Amino acid sequence: LKILVSCKRVPNPEQKLKFNSGAVDVSGASWQVNPFDEYAVETALRLTEKGKGGERSGEVVLVSIGPKDVGQQMRGLLAMGADRGILISGDDGTLDSDQVARTLRAVVEAEKPDLVVMGKQSVDGDSNQVGQLLAGYLGWPQATFLASIVLAADGKSATVTREVDAGVEEKKIPLPAVVTVDLRIIGKKAVRNAALAPDSAEWEDNQRYASLKGIMAAKKKEIKEVAAASLGVNAQPLVKTLHQEPPPARKAGVKVASVEELVAKLHTEAKVL
Amino acid sequence: MGAVAVFLETTDKSVRSTSLPALTAARELAKHHGGPVVAIVVGNGISGAAQDAARYADKVWTFDAPALKDPIAETWAPVLANAVKKLGATALVASATSTGKDVLPRAAALLEAGMASDITGVKGPKTFRRPTYAGNALTDVEVLTPIVVASVRQTEFAQAAPAASAGAVEAQDAGNVDPLGASFVSLHATKSVRPELTEAQVVVSGGRGMKTSENFKILEQLTDLLGGALGASRAAADAGLVPNDLQVGQTGKVVAPKLYIAVAISGAIQHLAGMKGSKVIVAINKDPEAPIFQVADYGLVANWEQAIPALIAEIKKIRS
Repeated sequence: LKILVSCKRVPNPEQKLKFNSGAVDVSGASWQVNPFDEYAVETALRLTEKGKGGERSGEVVLVSIGPKDVGQQMRGLLAMGADRGILISGDDGTLDSDQVARTLRAVVEAEKPDLVVMGKQSVDGDSNQVGQLLAGYLGWPQATFLASIVLAADGKSATVTREVDAGVEEKKIPLPAVVTVDLRIIGKKAVRNAALAPDSAEWEDNQRYASLKGIMAAKKKEIKEVAAASLGVNAQPLVKTLHQEPPPARKAGVKVASVEELVAKLHTEAKVL
Repeated sequence: MGAVAVFLETTDKSVRSTSLPALTAARELAKHHGGPVVAIVVGNGISGAAQDAARYADKVWTFDAPALKDPIAETWAPVLANAVKKLGATALVASATSTGKDVLPRAAALLEAGMASDITGVKGPKTFRRPTYAGNALTDVEVLTPIVVASVRQTEFAQAAPAASAGAVEAQDAGNVDPLGASFVSLHATKSVRPELTEAQVVVSGGRGMKTSENFKILEQLTDLLGGALGASRAAADAGLVPNDLQVGQTGKVVAPKLYIAVAISGAIQHLAGMKGSKVIVAINKDPEAPIFQVADYGLVANWEQAIPALIAEIKKIRS
């Protein structure tokens, strides 16, 4: 079982955004892995495990696009347990979703994974497109916004549940396929490969931390640097960013002293009761 | 330029209200593109829905076939892409519902068209405004391809009203439908008697400070008294206090009701991204330093245990 997981860096979402000449200024940002990509790595690792802390079977390959610095974030994911990484040169600040998807398609065609696992969106661009675009370009089935995934014992299909507006949808897809993961995929029993792990298998809630042993091992793992041009991808952007600005600030509110005052203000001032 | 195709989600009989904002966006975009607004409806046994769609659009193309019964991207995305090509449309839009988010980018890939996600404004034939960085940056983007695709943030466009005269309904042949081996198994719908979160005039949300699922009952009382919908923070959903589909935020639902009441919610950036557009925000939290107070119009520093029963009693009092 070979699983390809895409990952990217994002500015720490808790830090206040800076703007400069009509654009977000990330020059002083502290970078971290997009949270949904960490969940994707956790998902992929569980699919190659016989259970929590058990033996592994299969390979988890990371792919990212960006400058060499992104190697730092990839190293952290290798320390979680991913096997190797591919870092494609590029300016991750200006790529549009389509360029990313086209580049990933070239990587999929070269690596021939059984499954591509991705985060459902990056928390900087918030576009929520790349997984669907990639599946469309490959002509592969897709399952987005996963809450759970069980890989069939024969390795030929997956049964998933998806977070949808009305509740939870169950879908079955043959492999190879592209899946994107949502928040609940890191629950104790959300992910299982029936060929490896028994029905009773469960993991810790949340994505794993890198152990010291993992960190040491990650230093020896390969991150292969690939020049984007060598992939032969048409790299023309389809969407161009023209301008960015902070949203208008909300007018400062007031603190009220009591429930009575609150209700009176909502009734007579805001007129919403 | 050409027609604006708008993908409408439907029940058997009618257009889903979540799709009505996409119609409004399509009308705005049609002013720039010059062509008609053509509604695309997809499914099986949806002739009633197609008639309903005709009340809003200049023309309806309906793809009604047993193979299209289930909303899966593998079959629906090619139907949308082929419809756009056949129409010679220069735009494809849909509401950014979970189905819209799933299907539309795949259709964009098939059209090799650029897509703007979750737009909050139409600024020109190919330029849109959209929130990025959890709503902390408003970004104007230009789609550079001949066909533009856009998903529409429902809370930022009005629900479309029926037009003066109904458009024509034209049945279209979807041709060979190949699900690529994928199949829809079932939908486990969350049952609720309350209005949809994304459409409610009032939303009452609870955070992890509510501690247990049992404690959400008192928020339900307040919610029902106000005729609203119940929501929750990601922390509350993650902790298993409520089903995940109640989650309001960057990664959950985006709401913009007339009144949003945040109870025992600290106000993480990702939560604020889902409710900052509300007209009036009330925050009730025992921590005076909680970030939620920075966006609240009215803040009350109090334990929910005392404040919510008192609030229910006080609202009943002014109403009587």
